[in-house]
Amino acid sequence: MSTSNTTYYIPHRATWPVLATAGLLTTLVGFANYLNGSSIGSTLMIAGLAILVVMLAGWFTLQATESESGMYNHGVGVSYRMGMMWFIFSEIMFFAVFFGTLWYTRNLSVPWLGGEGAKLATKEILWPAFNAVWPTNGPANVGGHFEPMGAFGLPLLNTLLLLTSGVTCTWAHHGLIAKNRKQLIQGLIATVALGFAFVLCQAFEYHEAYTEMGLTLGSGIYGSTFFMLTGFHGFHVCVGAIILSVVLFRSAKGHFTPENHFAFEAAAWYWHFVDVVWLGLFIFVYLM
Amino acid sequence: MSVVTAEHGHDHHDDHAHGPEKGWLRWIVTTNHKDIGTLYLFFALAMFFVGGTMAMIIRAELFEPGMQFVDPKFFNSMTTMHALVMIFGAVMPAFVGLANWMVPMMIGAPDMALPRMNNMSFWLLVAGILLLASTLFMEGGAPAGGWTLYPPLVLQTGKALPFAIFSVHLLGISSILGAINIVATILNMRAPAMSLMKMPMFVWTWLITGFLLIAIMPVFAGAVTMLLTDKFFHTSFFDAAGGGDPVLYQHIFWFFGHPEVYVMILPTFGVASTIIPVFARKPLFGYSSMVYATAAIAFLAFVVWAHHMFTVGMPISGELYFMYATMLIAVPTGVKIFNWTATMWKGAMTFETPMLFSIAFVVLFTLGGFTGLMMSIAPADFQYHDTYFIVAHFHYTLVPASIFMLMGAGYYWLPKWTGHMYNEKVGQLHFWLSAISVNILFFPQHFLGLAGMPRRIPDYAIQFSDWNMISSIGGFIFGASQLLFLWVVIDTIKGGTGEKVTDEVWEDAHKHGLEWTLPSPVPYHTFSTPPTMIPSDHR
Ligand code: HEM
Ligand SMILES: [Cu+2]
Repeated sequence: MSTSNTTYYIPHRATWPVLATAGLLTTLVGFANYLNGSSIGSTLMIAGLAILVVMLAGWFTLQATESESGMYNHGVGVSYRMGMMWFIFSEIMFFAVFFGTLWYTRNLSVPWLGGEGAKLATKEILWPAFNAVWPTNGPANVGGHFEPMGAFGLPLLNTLLLLTSGVTCTWAHHGLIAKNRKQLIQGLIATVALGFAFVLCQAFEYHEAYTEMGLTLGSGIYGSTFFMLTGFHGFHVCVGAIILSVVLFRSAKGHFTPENHFAFEAAAWYWHFVDVVWLGLFIFVYLM
Repeated sequence: MSVVTAEHGHDHHDDHAHGPEKGWLRWIVTTNHKDIGTLYLFFALAMFFVGGTMAMIIRAELFEPGMQFVDPKFFNSMTTMHALVMIFGAVMPAFVGLANWMVPMMIGAPDMALPRMNNMSFWLLVAGILLLASTLFMEGGAPAGGWTLYPPLVLQTGKALPFAIFSVHLLGISSILGAINIVATILNMRAPAMSLMKMPMFVWTWLITGFLLIAIMPVFAGAVTMLLTDKFFHTSFFDAAGGGDPVLYQHIFWFFGHPEVYVMILPTFGVASTIIPVFARKPLFGYSSMVYATAAIAFLAFVVWAHHMFTVGMPISGELYFMYATMLIAVPTGVKIFNWTATMWKGAMTFETPMLFSIAFVVLFTLGGFTGLMMSIAPADFQYHDTYFIVAHFHYTLVPASIFMLMGAGYYWLPKWTGHMYNEKVGQLHFWLSAISVNILFFPQHFLGLAGMPRRIPDYAIQFSDWNMISSIGGFIFGASQLLFLWVVIDTIKGGTGEKVTDEVWEDAHKHGLEWTLPSPVPYHTFSTPPTMIPSDHR
């Protein structure tokens, strides 16, 4: 095992975790108050987010400094990698919930509402006029008329953007391994730029949905699943792009060696994960 | 910050460099697995009494038919909060505390793999429980729709709803981070000689539990997120009018919920597998079958969830599948019961408090397993569902199982942690009072359920009076007896019997676990260099 020959670095006096907790708690208390219509809600939320920003900056700086001063042996690196892998696994499960929801509604609950199987009498009595075909906003036409989002406009472009960014990210990694710093930095710049371009396109898409297509989060189950899946994904793209920006910043400062670059790897894994989720979205939300 | 290079054990020469911090700050900024384990354990104990107080309110109200002390809304808040506090505040954190304390020592690691994250897991837990507790004081009261938080009922919660939901998010992040840490520690930090199949069972059960937690907590988070958007952002996930389905929530919840009950029972199994061999003075019978059975139970846990939903109106094929799949769980569970029994068979047994709790666990958990098997029969469950029968079932699996083994673990390791011996007389008294009263408390609930008394109600028909009164009396005795445990813990920390405990504490314990090769009390840092030998019983 990794602990056998060199010493495993055990940090002492951790102050960032408590601050992280305080920041999260403040943000969520603020958000809950905001949802309850209380006036202090948004103030608290902003305060909480500010704490989180400070915390992230501080914690990342600390980790980067420790890493660069060679405090992490091989074993520590393995622990970090495992931590990141299991974290991504938990994220996969989080997205699985919403994909599962989409599957369940499309294949089970909407057909049932349409009278499939033993449910015919219910349908005929309660909502005889309901036409259970996807996309739907349900028997009560919740949210009013809407147009579903097509696959071949912005979404296709977004697919290309993200796939390309996956390639540039790998290209940057090759640069890092080959000690080609220029390639590393250029690759990262391209990846981050493509990521933000994706987010921009998605913002246009949402804008069009809300202003021209009548498609909102409130458009029944179609709108709910559409915005929940793409929205959480978009949020993850933002997070990934921010992490990559930090990695880019560190690369520009000369951090990372071919042997020691956990932060880069973690960011790249995360990015590929976000990429794969998007492919799932493109197929199951847009195409099918 | 300095790098740990000290030899473990009796050598304290550089403890001044990174011994514990002075003063109360130590407990806030600590990254030491023993400190964090202690924090978890004390927090869990406190929550055990908070949740216990709620249980006392429930049993007081149910002592007699009619409304006595509280109004129905508050009563329902009590059942909901009792469950949430006990599950997320007491049982789960207690096992994480044990994992923190014991896993590094059992595998010969200097600490947890990710010590800063370890600190964060604990404080997120505190934050989550604070949010949850705060709902008790809000307009509209604490959530009262049951711990399962089913819509549409739960959406009628007042101001508490977003707080309860965010509390679930925080508790979820806490559990995920804690579990990642434990899994990474077990996979990456073992002493060179300790291959996977030589790990103590407690470590194995926690490895698998960690995996379960990482897989299911995000699922629960997703489910409550949809509750939040349904309530505040006009989505229709669980609303048939918009094409959604409230039953979908139940599916998602139980996809989380069933593995969740195993999160509470697998480490319980691990503790039992640790204690029984020591007091039977034999190696654990069937070690590898124990490992495979644990893995099988964890796998099955993901594919049986809808046995909680037999009455919801699933297609018949679903009923059948979930019925047979659920019955399958009895097989690996049976393997475990068999192995514990076989471990005791012809052993040179002694009956110290930890062993008493373990034996009671084997017997009483089996009872809970049997009622589970009864309920797995879908047509029969139409009768049992949402009655006191199921309340009896899961309390048999949680109280005389999970809680008993947590108590057992406390008695078993307290001498190692503190260096003092606990008071065996009081320990035995605690055991006997608990073991007898827990049956007075929960056994009659089987009869009540079979006779048709629904769960989660503050009042009932008079034919249920007698058994309810008996159950309440058992409840009060059980509740009061737990104060003895509190006394034992405090007394032991303060010096206990005064008897000096040896390093191995229990006869030949060093054959069973690496922790017994360390001094009692254990020094602040252990195994800074990994041990070269592993205990002889871990073939
Ligand atoms: C042989 C193993 C088991 C089987 C076959 C089994 C089966 C079942 C079934 C069918 C139900 C649903 C009853 C109903 O709602 O009508 C149930 C409920 C429950 N079981 Fe088990 N069970 C087993 C073991 C366990 C264990 C080990 C635990 C916990 C440590 C546990 C905790 C629970 C809980 C908490 C509920 C109730 C959830 C609720 O509705 O609030 N069970 N069990
Ligand atoms: Cu279950």
